[in-house]
Amino acid sequence: MSALPPDRGNDPRLERRAAIRALLADRRDLLLVTGLGSTTYDAASVGDDPGNFYLWGAMGGAAMIGLGLALARPERRVLVVTGDGEMLMGLGSLATVGVQAPPNLAIAVFDNGHYGETGMQPSHTAERVSLPGVARSCGIAAVFDIADEAALRDFAGRLQSARETLFARVAIRADEPPRVLPSRDGVFLKHRFRHALAVE
Amino acid sequence: MAEGTATVATDWREAIFAALKAAEVRQVGYVPDAGHSRLIELCRADPTIRAVPLTTEEEGVALAAGAWLGGQRAALLMQSSGVGNCINMLSLTKSCRFPLAMLVTMRGEWAEFNPWQVPMGSKTQAALTLCDVLVYRVEHGDEAGETVAAALDMAFNGSLATAVLLGQRLIGAKRWVK
Repeated sequence: MSALPPDRGNDPRLERRAAIRALLADRRDLLLVTGLGSTTYDAASVGDDPGNFYLWGAMGGAAMIGLGLALARPERRVLVVTGDGEMLMGLGSLATVGVQAPPNLAIAVFDNGHYGETGMQPSHTAERVSLPGVARSCGIAAVFDIADEAALRDFAGRLQSARETLFARVAIRADEPPRVLPSRDGVFLKHRFRHALAVE
Repeated sequence: MAEGTATVATDWREAIFAALKAAEVRQVGYVPDAGHSRLIELCRADPTIRAVPLTTEEEGVALAAGAWLGGQRAALLMQSSGVGNCINMLSLTKSCRFPLAMLVTMRGEWAEFNPWQVPMGSKTQAALTLCDVLVYRVEHGDEAGETVAAALDMAFNGSLATAVLLGQRLIGAKRWVK
């Protein structure tokens, strides 16, 4: 039995699968990079897409992959969805993103304050670390701290039209919905993505 | 440093830059190193290259992967100590067979004043080899351009991970005390 957190029946935070559905409801040709673990399963739960690049490792690298992609394809919108643990491992990349400031990049961190993949140990954000605070201090222009569905829908709307780098912390419940596993074949995912972009 | 040596030193840095341009590299991630300073200046001044300063070298491995996903070629500039920071992120390169072109200035191997540079510097090549990165070395300025060009070919045409180690003897020992 995995270690589930105590009953969250009255927890006002968002449910992660509802959150990813809201983010991708009108994705159009949005390019998506997901961090290893739960956010990869979240994206797959909405449906597979050649424009999804799922990480199964490379912890701490999601935002930087998004940055390289956004700089390479300025005419396309790029969204990185990752977890608090993955973002914490690459905090410096927020400084690097802040300096480059690509207008077509958005980073959404699903923050449940826990390492879900490894037994729900509390992360730094469960204590006193604020990811929106870090993002703001790194010079990212538009930073959102999202705790309800209306704010999430507003953020999702900005994904298609923003003229500055977006960062959102999305407060989600520490639950573990059934896993939806996309391909783990990195070479396949890479070729599929590049074919979809017609760069191969 | 004799004047003749200084002229050659300028040449090899510019030869590397010419190789990056010829290979159509469009993103250059870097953690500054004195040995790379001229190359960084050239990249920052070039309108076709996006120079991306990194807080730590593994960011560059992920940046290069993202660039390739979007159809662009990237190169990474770092010092030998930075190779140690890249180890786990190199699993991204290998798992997805991303091209990778690292240009590494060596410390801790030739007339090194600072012994703290030696542990990583002396293991840089072995660490890269252990991670299945193809390693090329440059010890003389006149080899720099063609060696980097060859590594870039291997990386982008073969989807392989490559590193060119620029020897500390080539760069010149850092002057700490006059």
